[in-house]
Amino acid sequence: MATEVLMPALSPTMEEGTLAKWLVKEGDTVSSGDILAEIETDKATMEFEAVDEGIVGKILIAEGTEGVKVNTPIAVLVEEGEDAEAAASSAPAPSAAPAANGHDPAPAAAKAPVASVEVRETLIPEGTEMVTTTVREALRDAMAEEMRRDGKVFVMGEEVAEYQGAYKITQGLLDEFGARRVIDTPITEHGFAGIGVGAAFGGTRPIVEFMTFNFAMQAIDHIINSAAKTLYMSGGQMGCPIVFRGPNGAAARVGAQHSQDYGAWYAQIPGLKVVQPYSAADAKGLLKTAIRDPNPVIFLENEILYGRSFEVPKLEDWTVPFGKARIWREGTDVTLVSWGIGMQYALEAADKLAEEGVSAEVIDLRTLRPLDYDTVIASVKKTNRCVTIEEGFPVCSVGNHLSAYIMTHAFDWLDAPVLNCTGKDVPMPYAANLEKHALLTTAEVIEAVKQVTYR
Amino acid sequence: MATRKAAAKPNVSKDELLHYYREMLLIRRFEEKAGQLYGMGLIGGFCHLYIGQEAVVVGLEAAAEEGDKRVTSYRDHGHMLACGMDPRGVMAELTGREGGYSRGKGGSMHMFSREKHFYGGHGIVGAQVPIGAGLAMADKYLGNDRVTFTYFGDGAANQGQVYETYNMAELWDLPVVFVIENNQYAMGTSVKRATKSMTLYERGVAYGIPGEQVDGMDVLAVKAAGEKAVAHCRAGKGPYILEVMTYRYRGHSMSDPAKYRTREEVQEMREKRDAIEHVRTMLLTGKHASEDDLKAIDKEIKDIVNQAAEFAKESPEPALAELWTDIYADALPQGEAH
Repeated sequence: MATEVLMPALSPTMEEGTLAKWLVKEGDTVSSGDILAEIETDKATMEFEAVDEGIVGKILIAEGTEGVKVNTPIAVLVEEGEDAEAAASSAPAPSAAPAANGHDPAPAAAKAPVASVEVRETLIPEGTEMVTTTVREALRDAMAEEMRRDGKVFVMGEEVAEYQGAYKITQGLLDEFGARRVIDTPITEHGFAGIGVGAAFGGTRPIVEFMTFNFAMQAIDHIINSAAKTLYMSGGQMGCPIVFRGPNGAAARVGAQHSQDYGAWYAQIPGLKVVQPYSAADAKGLLKTAIRDPNPVIFLENEILYGRSFEVPKLEDWTVPFGKARIWREGTDVTLVSWGIGMQYALEAADKLAEEGVSAEVIDLRTLRPLDYDTVIASVKKTNRCVTIEEGFPVCSVGNHLSAYIMTHAFDWLDAPVLNCTGKDVPMPYAANLEKHALLTTAEVIEAVKQVTYR
Repeated sequence: MATRKAAAKPNVSKDELLHYYREMLLIRRFEEKAGQLYGMGLIGGFCHLYIGQEAVVVGLEAAAEEGDKRVTSYRDHGHMLACGMDPRGVMAELTGREGGYSRGKGGSMHMFSREKHFYGGHGIVGAQVPIGAGLAMADKYLGNDRVTFTYFGDGAANQGQVYETYNMAELWDLPVVFVIENNQYAMGTSVKRATKSMTLYERGVAYGIPGEQVDGMDVLAVKAAGEKAVAHCRAGKGPYILEVMTYRYRGHSMSDPAKYRTREEVQEMREKRDAIEHVRTMLLTGKHASEDDLKAIDKEIKDIVNQAAEFAKESPEPALAELWTDIYADALPQGEAH
């Protein structure tokens, strides 16, 4: 009986990949464990092994094909004497292949390749061409442009050079800038964060990539004690122009030690600037601003957002200022404040609420430090209600801080308590159903809005 | 304690010896004064004195060239004076005054001078080690022919980040001299109670970094070893480790009763091994200076230190507006290589 071989998901966030190379040809006999093909994921090139045995009856997807969706049939295995052509059309899809990878797409990762909401940025001149770009490409472009502009800018981190980036954010940079400026480090976060800080004191402009911000906890002494405080402790003599960047927050099914949002932690520290972009345009413009900033900047990316596409203005030098929120959607009934991946819940909730006749204003803070309080307060004074949305833990969250600020500065305008939607107060569980419950959902945002609008 | 090696027999000039004598005496008198001001309540918080270790920084500064960088821990007063920072500005920082190097906002453990290439003054044990390698990385990246002296103690030598740094410094051939000031006690814990691998410079072997042990009570031996280390770095051969055997006469900080060692042990070091006495004897026996000449220098140093103390007492406290300055840079500070 014929078996279909499906495009596998080979990373927690992979939605599609490139079928780089077939290592078998039609007519070959394969057994379990044989390498069938090389597949390029969003992170790496992986070898893909056969699970079943049989004869390669038909190859359905030619090598070199890009953008092959996960679970697309790529070949058919047949038994001795079976007709490959006939089998290809009738073979049932085995559920075993993709499930063996344990892939359960994050609720987030499921849809919306291009943001439906129009990007309204006052800084974009009329008639500017918009190019559909992934967040991943936008980040890479930002680094490449700044490295072309300033010879003192370099990037260092684990797998940034020869491997082309663990998440391929630095793809192509080694080829263009060479090993002097794209520097692979050993796995030694504490050490290379400190070396980066020293290099910034010494007159260069380092970009330090953490493979994820979870690993930056090993380096947090240098981020806070060495980078953030030295300008003050030196009476203004010694600044530390450095960018610490990498993915932050939950990816999908990677468990408690790899799924934490550090936005609130870093946002607490005077001397740091903290950026947490959502769209590709902001990722690019804010990263360019971060690299030029004379202070230490924490740049919190998100693995699930890396593959999302957005419209990015085609401008020679597109930068986005720190401390300026973006209003993605104007509304009158409630203010939704979010940033980073929280924005997808905010925007989805706003769409659904609109169907129910609730008009939500959606604010993307974009930077947590400096924080655009004025835009939030102006909006709350208009809508009289506010819900904050973030992926991080609930205790001492950014939402808690915003609630206090709104209470202090707009108390008389509030018609309901400010509600904070956050992740749950638990270490991230691995089990798919539990993880889903630990994460923030759009339904929770809608529920919060109903509470504050007394519906 | 390392035995005093036959330090390159004094092919050393009178002027050079007088310079070392003056520099080491300045540090000792300055520190004694700081201890006094601390006792008077004019200096607060932690205050770690360098008394006994003077030959380490004075010897290594003699091996440095203009533009070379240095970075150290919180026991930093000696390093600042040895690299030419103004004793008045250092003392006024200790008293938390406007005239201090950090305008009173850093204190004893956190002082910097871009002009003198002194990059701190770091309060976290061991944190200055990767920072020092980073400074060297910047010099290499920018094509400057400079060396960074990265000082740390026998206590910091057990920190993990030191070995992360050794690994990368050798991997990338960074021009950094790692100076382990082995004063034999990490606060109250003697080296032998903290490790069985007691020759600390040998740990560099695991990373391919050459190094040696040096008698840190002999300024000439320190200088000679420093020159060798610097030549290695400047030739592009990567880092070098100097384990400088020294001794601190005072407690770890002002509040340390130092019950972990005997009075006799300290007394013996002071009487038999003192680095300043050593140079003084060389000056006198070599007929380079008379007792009167040295008395004149003692007086000169005493005046400098008294002036520093006066300045530190009279300088006003920082304006309250200083609370809110220097948190973020608008542009890079003047003198930044950008």
